[in-house]
Amino acid sequence: MISLRMLLVVIGLGLCSVAQAAGVDNHARNMAASCSACHGTDGYSEGGMPVIAGMDKKLFVTTMKDFKSGARPATVMHQHAKGYSDEQIEMLAKFFAAQKRK
Amino acid sequence: MSFSRRDFLKAGVAGIAIGSFPGLAFASSELVKKKGQRVVVVGGGFGGATAAKYIRKWSKNKIEVVLVERNANFISCPMSNTVLGGTRKIEDLTMSYGTLQKKYGVKLIKGEVTAIDPEKKKVMLADGHLSYDRLIVSPGVDFMFDKVEGLDAKVASESIPHAWKAGAQTVLLRKQLEQMADGGVFALAIPKGPYRCPPGPYERACQVASYLKEHKPKSKVLVLDANPDIVSKKGLFMAAWNELYPGMVEYRPNSMVLGVDVATKTAKTEFDDVKADVLNVIPPMRSGVVADMAGLANVDARWCGVDFLSYESKVHQNIHVIGDAVSAALPKSGHMATSQAKICAAAVIEMMSGKPVDQAPVIANTCYSMVSGEEAMHVANVYHFNAEKMAMVPAEGGGVSATRSEMEGAFAGYWLKNILNDVLL
Repeated sequence: MISLRMLLVVIGLGLCSVAQAAGVDNHARNMAASCSACHGTDGYSEGGMPVIAGMDKKLFVTTMKDFKSGARPATVMHQHAKGYSDEQIEMLAKFFAAQKRK
Repeated sequence: MSFSRRDFLKAGVAGIAIGSFPGLAFASSELVKKKGQRVVVVGGGFGGATAAKYIRKWSKNKIEVVLVERNANFISCPMSNTVLGGTRKIEDLTMSYGTLQKKYGVKLIKGEVTAIDPEKKKVMLADGHLSYDRLIVSPGVDFMFDKVEGLDAKVASESIPHAWKAGAQTVLLRKQLEQMADGGVFALAIPKGPYRCPPGPYERACQVASYLKEHKPKSKVLVLDANPDIVSKKGLFMAAWNELYPGMVEYRPNSMVLGVDVATKTAKTEFDDVKADVLNVIPPMRSGVVADMAGLANVDARWCGVDFLSYESKVHQNIHVIGDAVSAALPKSGHMATSQAKICAAAVIEMMSGKPVDQAPVIANTCYSMVSGEEAMHVANVYHFNAEKMAMVPAEGGGVSATRSEMEGAFAGYWLKNILNDVLL
């Protein structure tokens, strides 16, 4: 027999996925979509700019922060990196890390 | 005899061109049988093609997308100045819409919209109509030829090309450049902003100079700018002109071309007449005229006001406008059109399933300009939605290249490859 507690957990999970479908995840996806002009669709660059699909999350965050601080020199990425908050960089990192490497 | 609606239908007039009478739309036939929820996209440039692809991709093919485009192929405006310089052919910038159809199931209708009926939610074409639940209009720009006396669409296509939409005029302008004698003058007229691709005209001056330096070194590029100063990447363009093409590029600010004499290729400004051997007048621009079919150009009767969370028109519900036609403090660029298209695509999907849209869109823009065969420089910025202003505003930190370089020239080529793949493949 299903206990009340289990039922609540099931309902809770259901609500959670509804909330995600309602745009929490899509915000990161939408933000990441703007990167594809240079880095390819979902981060799968066809050449030149690095592939960022499947990039290690921590490495993504530190690289972006180094671009932001100027610790890592760049032609253009220092300017883009400064346009995102630390929280937004985390969201982008999570999105690209979730893309499977081809 | 009174001619009732029923008689009209009985008369079997379905399929005739009734575009100018949207009230009679019932008499035309549905071009593609509508099954489920449908988005019609008008215009298959950077904005429209991206919106079509991403609605299919992100809705997991649940929403039907019909794309209406009048041209057989997609031709990239970005990098088309290099056709004048000679490092690319127009074929290198030409792509098919085939993958959008085959891989993503976008239904492509080759044709021109003749009317839009926002009440009945239909777009009319010469041979029928398309019903929609939501309409995305991505009309690009059209030219205000009436602002330049003596210039019209026919003159532009035959002798004084603007070449500001990549294609036949780009090829014509290159041909005129090839036929020009050494010692000739290539005059380039830049309109007052806003216009498509702010750095584009200055890049063009570089590409023309690059060709002339190699093939016709006694020639000159004369830039007649309606603006009081170089609009974009000023220091970088001036450095490129002075260092790469010394003495070849002459820049004249506040020189609005008000008229042309076609026979003598003379450009008339407020102050003087300038005779050229090749005359390239870029006329002032406005949103593509398709926008007028639903009265969407509500800003100065020129550009289209939108809600930046969804790109829904300020004039009509269920109609969205994206790309160069939008009234915004955003650069009118290919990358920007794709960025807007994705925010619009996401919002359209959410709205059609009754869900809230992204409340804090963030988009980016990177524009490369090729200043020679090998070297480029960029302008880049991130834009955030500002809820107070209800507008997209630039984030801190954007800017231009420290200097032009061959490395950025290589990046520019890969930018083109990646963005074209993202839009069409």
